[in-house]
Amino acid sequence: MQYAHDPALLLARFQFAFTVGVHIIFPAFSIGLAAYLAVLEGLWLRTGRSVFLDLYRYWIKVFSIVFGMGVVSGLVMSYEFGTNWSIFSKKAGPITGVLLSYEVMTAFFLEAGFLGVMLFGMNKVGRKLHFAATCCVSVGTLISMTWILSSNSWMQTPRGYTIDPTTGRFMPADWLAIIFNPSFPFRLVHMGLAAFLSVAFIVGATGAWHMLRARKAGKISSEPVRVMFSMAMWMAAIVAPLQILAGDAHGLNTLKYQPAKIAAMEGDWVSEDHAPELLFGIPNMKTEHTDYAVKLPLAGSLILTHRLNGKVPGMKDFPRDQRPPSPVIFFSFRIMVALGMLMMLVGLWSLWLRRNSTLFTNPLFHRVALCMAPAGFLALLCGWITTEVGRQPWTVYGLLRTSDSVSPVALSSLAFSMTAFVVVYVLVFGSGMGILVRMLGRAPQEGEHDTPPSHASGILATSMHPGVIDPSAGKGA
Amino acid sequence: MMDFAYWLPIVWAVILVAAISIYVVLDGFDLGIGMLFALERHPERRDVMVNTIAPVWDGNETWMVLGGAVLYGVFPGAYATLLPAFYLPIVLMLLALIFRGVAFEFRVMTRSTGREGMWNAGFMAGSAIAAFCQGAILGGVVQGIRVVDGAFAGGPLDWLTPFSILCGLSVMCGYALLGATWLIWRTTGVLEASCRRWAARLALGLFIGIVAVSLWTPLLHAPYLRRWTDWPNIAFVAPVPVLVVVLGALFVMGLRRGHTKGPFLCALGWFFLCLSGLGITVWPYAVPPGLTLWDVSSPPSSQFFQLIGTAILLPIILTYTIYSYHVFRGKVTETDGYH
Repeated sequence: MQYAHDPALLLARFQFAFTVGVHIIFPAFSIGLAAYLAVLEGLWLRTGRSVFLDLYRYWIKVFSIVFGMGVVSGLVMSYEFGTNWSIFSKKAGPITGVLLSYEVMTAFFLEAGFLGVMLFGMNKVGRKLHFAATCCVSVGTLISMTWILSSNSWMQTPRGYTIDPTTGRFMPADWLAIIFNPSFPFRLVHMGLAAFLSVAFIVGATGAWHMLRARKAGKISSEPVRVMFSMAMWMAAIVAPLQILAGDAHGLNTLKYQPAKIAAMEGDWVSEDHAPELLFGIPNMKTEHTDYAVKLPLAGSLILTHRLNGKVPGMKDFPRDQRPPSPVIFFSFRIMVALGMLMMLVGLWSLWLRRNSTLFTNPLFHRVALCMAPAGFLALLCGWITTEVGRQPWTVYGLLRTSDSVSPVALSSLAFSMTAFVVVYVLVFGSGMGILVRMLGRAPQEGEHDTPPSHASGILATSMHPGVIDPSAGKGA
Repeated sequence: MMDFAYWLPIVWAVILVAAISIYVVLDGFDLGIGMLFALERHPERRDVMVNTIAPVWDGNETWMVLGGAVLYGVFPGAYATLLPAFYLPIVLMLLALIFRGVAFEFRVMTRSTGREGMWNAGFMAGSAIAAFCQGAILGGVVQGIRVVDGAFAGGPLDWLTPFSILCGLSVMCGYALLGATWLIWRTTGVLEASCRRWAARLALGLFIGIVAVSLWTPLLHAPYLRRWTDWPNIAFVAPVPVLVVVLGALFVMGLRRGHTKGPFLCALGWFFLCLSGLGITVWPYAVPPGLTLWDVSSPPSSQFFQLIGTAILLPIILTYTIYSYHVFRGKVTETDGYH
């Protein structure tokens, strides 16, 4: 691949992959958690049961941390298009820049505008207005996802444009065709479900952890813990199977519009009908062969075309300089699928346990649910890698090469920024993760206190040490 | 269609300058408060300082995202030239804003672990570095960048000159002044009294900065000088320096007589005058000295589509932003910590 040899280009790509890879976790977390918070507050208003308020207050502290990290890492993204991909920005800005502006105006301001009320305004605006603020933030996260995925999908399956012959710029011709481009609905559903599923598994694992601790201490787990675990497992049972259907539909869409990506994901070199599915293998881009292949006969055609004799593309159908790096996405795709299947199994298992009334008493299941904490986010990242690396060697699919998109920035500047981003991200987001883990390690209390306590800013801080404010928490709540 | 292509970039330039101005004053006092951490060591008063902005800083920073997005969508030529030209200060600013942004929550969450000091330092240094970089970038734009065939063609440190450093320091001083006057408005007691002292000195510093930048700027490029001295321009631009002095006098009066909002409003006025002065100076260039607004703008179809949305959405955004400020209005004291 000719584009892989320029060190400045490689660094620019690594930097973007790194910064967006870290960033994507937080908005996905916010999307799922904001919706969960809206549901919790709605249930509290409707039923008056304090357990929902307790859970709301427990998770909103997590939300404030996650949202803050999303804002600061997202700010980087909105400038990185220009700092590192200036040629792309100049050519595609008339389309992608406009979509980003709509995202800012319809989503970011809505989220930020009502976040203050959501976090700190419970005692200032009244319950209904506060619930409205929570809903605004949640809707904001969903609108944000819609625009950014429309923009991303346009880069994957561009429509509704003309190309200016003198400048090579993409000129918008039909905005509806641009926004609702062919891969957008599939990507939107797949990503939205991924965000909900990721958060469901975090909530579930938190519940599982506190049930295991309670069990160890010989106690019955508290009501908030049981309620959040149950809610999370309902989500897993319902959303995980839906996600597999959505992923399948997205795959068919990709086969239609980006067959080279499918060929690279599958490690297939020669186009064939009655194609097998490779369970394992190591695709070799030089020898044009997938080594150590473990094949499942006919499954490739069946999965990709839903017919046993369906024709599946091979990488040799495409010129060498138009093939995505198969070794990366062959594995990222398989990891994603495997995690998706595992999540579905956990969801189905939870239904079985629920039927036998052992959902809250089966420690093996709780241990599994705990281990599955990062499953959703890992799958999401692997899916992201699959679709983005699979778009290579293009930024705008089939039209603008990644190697023709990069900024004229000195290698020394790139080396500096890459190092600085890694150091700062590890420090800041590493600390953030540490804080989150510590927060989740504290069980939700019955009568969980509000974000703004009446006096002294130190209250929440001391409450972070379970032993200080609640001696029983140390032994398991 | 020709007229359309002529007027749209002008309308957008006005919107962009407005968005940048709103960002500068809103996040200006946030960043200023961060820098004032250097002067205020008392932990509870520091919490009060943070609590005056905790509910609104997210929204304030969003104006910067809007500025970037508008530049990207409407003036992609400028976005694609300016950002590589200011690669290092922009990366530095973004990293600084990361520390500043997470510190709001982290400094409270780590209070019991002894690492709070690190996040306080991050809040302070992040605010200072971000403010300096923003000023230096602004100065760098005014002094101009090297462009060949519509793309940046200079070196990574071209932006770093005595002029841009002066601009960076002036903006630091100005943001700290905004922060101090904001706190005069929003706090009481010892903190308010300290802020009145700091504000007086910071205002003097900013005034010197404004004078120095104003005298230096016309010497950078001949058209800048003509803009301010040629007839009839001078009749329109002469009020700008006069108003700066008038506001200065009002500021001193407000500070002496114990007004609470007056000093903040005067500081805001200074910022609007400075930004309009800069606007007048570089007009009609988007990337001085070579590229005009029309050279860098996206096709009219993009600008128009975005304008429709902006015309509808911006008033709504302003409405709920004002509502959010309204909810958290009034003096903040040590007894109503939000955390």
